[in-house]
Amino acid sequence: MTDIPTQPPTNADAQTPQQRERATTIYERSVEGRRAATLPPAGVPEAQLEDLIPAGLLRERPAELPEVSEPEIVRHYNRISRRNFDLDTGPYPLGSCTMKHNPRLNERVAALPGHARLHPAQAPRRAQGALELMWRLERALAEICGLPHVSLQPSAGSHGELAGLLLTRAYHADRGEERARVLTPDTSHGTNPATVTMAGYEVVKVATDERGGVEVDDLRDKLGDDIACLMLTNPNTLGVFDENIAEIARLVHEVGATLYYDGANLNAIMGHTRPGDMGFDIVHVNLHKSFSQPHGGGGPGAGPIAVSDRIEPYLPVPRLVRSEGANGTAPSFDLDHERPKSIGRLRGFQGNFGVFARSYAYIRSLGGDGLQEASETAVLNANYLLARLREGRAGRLLPLAFDRLPMHEFVLSGAPAKRELGVKTLDIAKRLLDYGFHPPTIYFPLLVDEALMIEPTETETRESLDDLADAFDSILGEAENDPQILLGAPYTTPVRRLDEAAASRRPVIRQSRG
Amino acid sequence: MLDAIGVDSLDELFAAIPPELRLGRPLDLPAGLSETECFDHLAALAARNADADSETCFIGAGMYDHYVPALVDAITQRSEFLTPYTPYQPEVSQGGLQVMFEFQTAISELTGLPVANASLYEGPSSVASAAYLALGAHKGRTRLVVSRGVHPHSRETLATYARGFGAEVVEVAQEDGVTDPAALADAVDERTAAVFVQNPGFLGGIEDLEALAAAAHEAGALAIAAVDPISLSVLRPPGECGVDIALGEGQPLGNRLDYGGPSFGFFAATEEHIRRMPGRIAGETTDADGRRGFVLALQTREQHIRREKATHNICTSQALNALAGVVYLSWLGKRGFTELGELLARRTAYARERLTAVEGVELLHDAPVFRELAIRLEAPVLEVIDRVAEEGIAAGYGVGREYPEHEDALLVAITERRSKEDIDRLADALGRAIAASGELLTDSDNKSTQPEVAR
Repeated sequence: MTDIPTQPPTNADAQTPQQRERATTIYERSVEGRRAATLPPAGVPEAQLEDLIPAGLLRERPAELPEVSEPEIVRHYNRISRRNFDLDTGPYPLGSCTMKHNPRLNERVAALPGHARLHPAQAPRRAQGALELMWRLERALAEICGLPHVSLQPSAGSHGELAGLLLTRAYHADRGEERARVLTPDTSHGTNPATVTMAGYEVVKVATDERGGVEVDDLRDKLGDDIACLMLTNPNTLGVFDENIAEIARLVHEVGATLYYDGANLNAIMGHTRPGDMGFDIVHVNLHKSFSQPHGGGGPGAGPIAVSDRIEPYLPVPRLVRSEGANGTAPSFDLDHERPKSIGRLRGFQGNFGVFARSYAYIRSLGGDGLQEASETAVLNANYLLARLREGRAGRLLPLAFDRLPMHEFVLSGAPAKRELGVKTLDIAKRLLDYGFHPPTIYFPLLVDEALMIEPTETETRESLDDLADAFDSILGEAENDPQILLGAPYTTPVRRLDEAAASRRPVIRQSRG
Repeated sequence: MLDAIGVDSLDELFAAIPPELRLGRPLDLPAGLSETECFDHLAALAARNADADSETCFIGAGMYDHYVPALVDAITQRSEFLTPYTPYQPEVSQGGLQVMFEFQTAISELTGLPVANASLYEGPSSVASAAYLALGAHKGRTRLVVSRGVHPHSRETLATYARGFGAEVVEVAQEDGVTDPAALADAVDERTAAVFVQNPGFLGGIEDLEALAAAAHEAGALAIAAVDPISLSVLRPPGECGVDIALGEGQPLGNRLDYGGPSFGFFAATEEHIRRMPGRIAGETTDADGRRGFVLALQTREQHIRREKATHNICTSQALNALAGVVYLSWLGKRGFTELGELLARRTAYARERLTAVEGVELLHDAPVFRELAIRLEAPVLEVIDRVAEEGIAAGYGVGREYPEHEDALLVAITERRSKEDIDRLADALGRAIAASGELLTDSDNKSTQPEVAR
C-alpha cells in the first residue's frame, strides 16, 4: 500500500483524469437541434393542439430539457457513473445498511415481461402469478419473523415504521384508548423518532445500559398507560443482542403498549431467533438489506410488515387473500379491499412488486438453511474483522464501544485516536477512500463518541476482511507518523473534501438556465 | 476464523440469544434452488400474468404503458448506479449526486417550480407528504380539502396519514369532469392548511389550476397539485398557475409497469418551502481544490440529523428510478418531449371520437383531456372488460368501486404504443362486447339517472 498518495496532487499532471475533468451536467452538453428519440407518427388527424385543449391551459414554451444524441447520453452517464464507488467494486461495510451482494439472477427474473410489463390495475384474475409470488413471499417472511400476518405494501423501512405506528394507533383506538407517547432507545435509527412525530406521537427516549442494551430500570420508570409503543432494534445499532428482551416485552405488554421491531438488523438472526418469539407485535423487514434488493444509490427498497393476531385486523388494504381451489383445482388469489378496521392505504397499488420478485428469488435461492447460514456467516465475518482490528493499532486507538461479542456489526469509538493523534473518525473515513474501501457508517449511534459502525455482511471473503483490517492498521500508522496525511485525505477520488456548509447556506439545487 | 476470534464454535457467537428464544429448528421454508431452477420457478409464475406484451393494454389509472427506451435499462443496470447506497460519502458518490442534481433540474423545468427534491416513494404517498409539509407550514390549521379528481389511492393514502397527523380531510366533488372552483372555495375555510387537486384529474379532465389555486389562496391555504409528468410536455406548468407544491407519480417517465412499483414520486415547491422539503436534495459546491462537486444539501431537514424534529421520516427513497426518469427525459429531449405530448393529445382526441361512435358508448364528461378519457357504457363495465380481454385487449379501468356514482364508467388510456389501428380494434371489440351483454340497459336499470344514456 506504499503507492497510495499521501498529499494533494501538486500539479495538473499529478491529478487523475477524473480530477482534471470538470463535472459537466447533461444540460451543459445540450446543443440546439440534437436529439435521441424518434417517435412514431401519430397516424391520426393532425389537429392543432389549441383545438383540443383551451390555449389558456397550455404551456407557452417548451420545458428546457437537454438536446443530446443517444451516444452522448450513454457516454455522459457512463462517465459520471465512474465517479461513484459501488458494492460491485469493493467492500462497503456501511453499518446498519447490510451491503450484501446483489445476485444478478434477481435482476433477470424481475425483468421478465410477465413481471416488468404487468399493469398494476390488471384484474387479479389475470395476475395470478404475481399474486401467488406475493403470497409466497408473505408466507416466507411470516416464518422468518415468527409472526403470522404480513403486508408487503410499505415502500421502505421508514414507511414500514409509519405503518407500525398507525397500526398501533388503530389498535389502541379500537380499545377506546388514546395514548400520546412512543419510547425509542437513544441508540435508535433517526427514522424511529422522525416517524413517531409524523404519526402524531411524542418521543420519549430510553437510556442504554453499560452492556449496550436497554436500561431496564429506565424503561420501567417511563412505561405507563400513556405509552403507545416501544420501538426497538435487536440486535441494536451497537450490534449487540439485548439479552433482556423477554423481560422488556413483558414490561411493555403489561402496560398495554405494542412492541415494534425495526428490522434493519434482521440479517444477524435469520433462522436463529425470531422477533415474534421475542414478543414483538409488529416488525418491518428491509428487503433491500437482508433480502438482497440492490440499494440503487438510495433506493428503491421495500419495507413489508409482519404482525401478530391482535394487530392483523388493522393491516393496510388491499389485503392479499388466498382461496383453496374446489375439487383439486389450484388455489386462487385476490385483493380484498373490504376491511373495516384497516388503517387504509399507505401508497398506490400493491407495493414495490419488482423488489418482491428479487427478494423472493433470493429467498428461494438460499432456502431456509441458506438464510440461516447467511446470518451465521455475517456474524462470523463481523467478529473476525473485529478480532483482526483488535490485533493491530485499532485495538488501542479505535476500541469497541461496548466490550462484548457483537453480532453482525460492531461500533468502534475513535475517541482515543482523536485524543492521542488529533485525527477524527471523519479523517479515518476519508483516508479509507484512498485505500479503495467505502467507509463504515460514521458518527452513529449518537451515544458513542466518534463512532464507526462496521457491518461487513456475509458476502465478503476472509481475504477482503483481512485487506480492510490491514488498511485500518496502515491508516492508523500514517496517523501516528504524520496526522496531516489523514487530515487532507482523500487525494485520489474524483473530487476531494467538499464544502457541505456552503451547499446548505446558499443552496444551488438546480442547473441555472442559459 | 474462529481461532482468530477466540471461540470454539459458531454457536458461541450467538450466545447472547437466550436459549428459550432460540428457534431450535430449521426455518420451515423450501430448500434452496440452483440458479436455473429458481429462474424456471419465477418464469412459470410470470407466465401466469396477462402483461402488456401479451395483450393490447389500454389500462392507465395512474400508471401508463409508455415505451421505456433500451438505454434506460443499459444505464440503470450499471453496477456503479445499481449497487451503491445513499451518497453519504460525496467524494466517491459524485455520479449519484450529479444524477440527483440533474433530476431536480428536470422536475423543476417540468413543474415550473424552483425547488425539487430527488424523489419520494411514489405518487400517493407524495400527496400525503405534501400534507405534512402544509400542516407544518400552517400551524393551527388542521383541515385538508381534496378534490375527488385526485387519484383514489392518493385520497385513501392521505386519509391514512391524516389520522396520524390529526387532520381532517374534506372531499369536493367534480362536476362534468373537473373540480368546480366555487364548490372548492365553499369547502375551504380559515382552518384549511391545503387544497389538493390533480391534473389531469383521475377521470381524465384537464383542470384550470390557476382558478383552483386562487380559491385556495383566498383562504390562505396552500395550493397543491398532483400532476402527470408527461402531461407537462404540453400543459401549463403548475408553478405558472400559482400552485405552491406540485408532485406526482413518476412511473410514466422511463419506469416499467412492474405491477405497481418500484417507481418514484417527484416533489417540487416554491422557494419559501425549501427548508421544509421532504427527502434528499443534492446541491452544488466546490472541493478543497476548487473543483465543482455535489453534496447532499440541507441535511438538517432530515431524520438522520434532526431525528424527531425532521421534516419527514424518509430515508431510502427511489434513486435508481429517478435516474431512469432523468435518462428518459434526456432521451426525449426538449423537442421529443413536446412531440410526445402532442402525439398523445391527438391520439386521445381520435380515441374519444372513435369510441363514442360505438353503439352503447358515450362520454362521461366533455372536459378537455390529454391521454386518458372516461366513457360510459350501456352494459356492465366489468363484464365488458372480460369480454374484450378474450380478444387480447385490456380495455381499461372500471372506476365503479372507487366512484359508485360512475359505476358505468370505463377509463381508457392512450400511449404512443397504442396505434390508430389498436384504437380501432378496441372500438370494434367494445361494440361487440356491449352488444353481447344482451339488451341495453333501460332507464330504470340505469343508476346514474341519465335518461339520455339509453339510445
